[in-house]
Amino acid sequence: MSSQRSTSSNKITDDELNALILRLQTLLPQLDQSRHGRVSAAKVLNEICSYIRRLQKEVDGLSGRLSQCLDSMDLTGFDAEI
Amino acid sequence: MDSQHLNPSSLKSRFTARFLRALIKINAQKPISSSSPREIFQRYRRIKVAADKSMAYSVRSRRTWSRATLWKLRSRSRRLLASSGRRSSIKTRTTTTTTATTTSTNHRAAIVEKTSHEKENKEDHVGLAVQAEELRELVPGGESMDLCNLLDETAHYIKCLTTQVQVMKKIANLYSLE
Repeated sequence: MSSQRSTSSNKITDDELNALILRLQTLLPQLDQSRHGRVSAAKVLNEICSYIRRLQKEVDGLSGRLSQCLDSMDLTGFDAEI
Repeated sequence: MDSQHLNPSSLKSRFTARFLRALIKINAQKPISSSSPREIFQRYRRIKVAADKSMAYSVRSRRTWSRATLWKLRSRSRRLLASSGRRSSIKTRTTTTTTATTTSTNHRAAIVEKTSHEKENKEDHVGLAVQAEELRELVPGGESMDLCNLLDETAHYIKCLTTQVQVMKKIANLYSLE
């Protein structure tokens, strides 16, 4: 990828950016729009980063839990349960 | 139990099926003495890789972040096989989030050039440059995305991560109760 292609990032309009930021805001339960209204883009991105880190940590923790109880797992006939 | 899950072609179904198959394989691989801390740690590593891989495969190559994840996992397993021949060297890596920026050697030169160019071009959005950089390190493949793609990929990545967590939690809860 040539670095010239990155110039598309300075062509992004404010509207486009706001739409993308707004969409991210809807994914954040803690920044629910009905209570917070418009939040600054920087704040949304900050919260997004924290949220991603939290989710990745959860995956880590759950992997640990699963490794502990894999011993006792009977993994047959699973699909009906999930 | 969860009626949303009945759609066999949904992301959740695809991920669940793959992940369960992987767990069965990992379960089958465990040795007789399976409760040593070292064994449990290796199993934890395998499960985590299986979870990330299952999700990336379920998304396939439709997304930059899933392609980056699969590329990262494949090149890492190739490296491990080549260097030691045994998977026990995995324990030196305790996090995978940092590998996005450190192992993509193909992108490295391009990244340095690109990010400095992008920082200059971001006069309109200077306030977001710092947060965007942070985001680039969290989203797989983020370092080579422009801002627009980065935000788009992030939304999809988060949706997939929450699905992944949801399914893993269900499985873990199911088997903690037994």
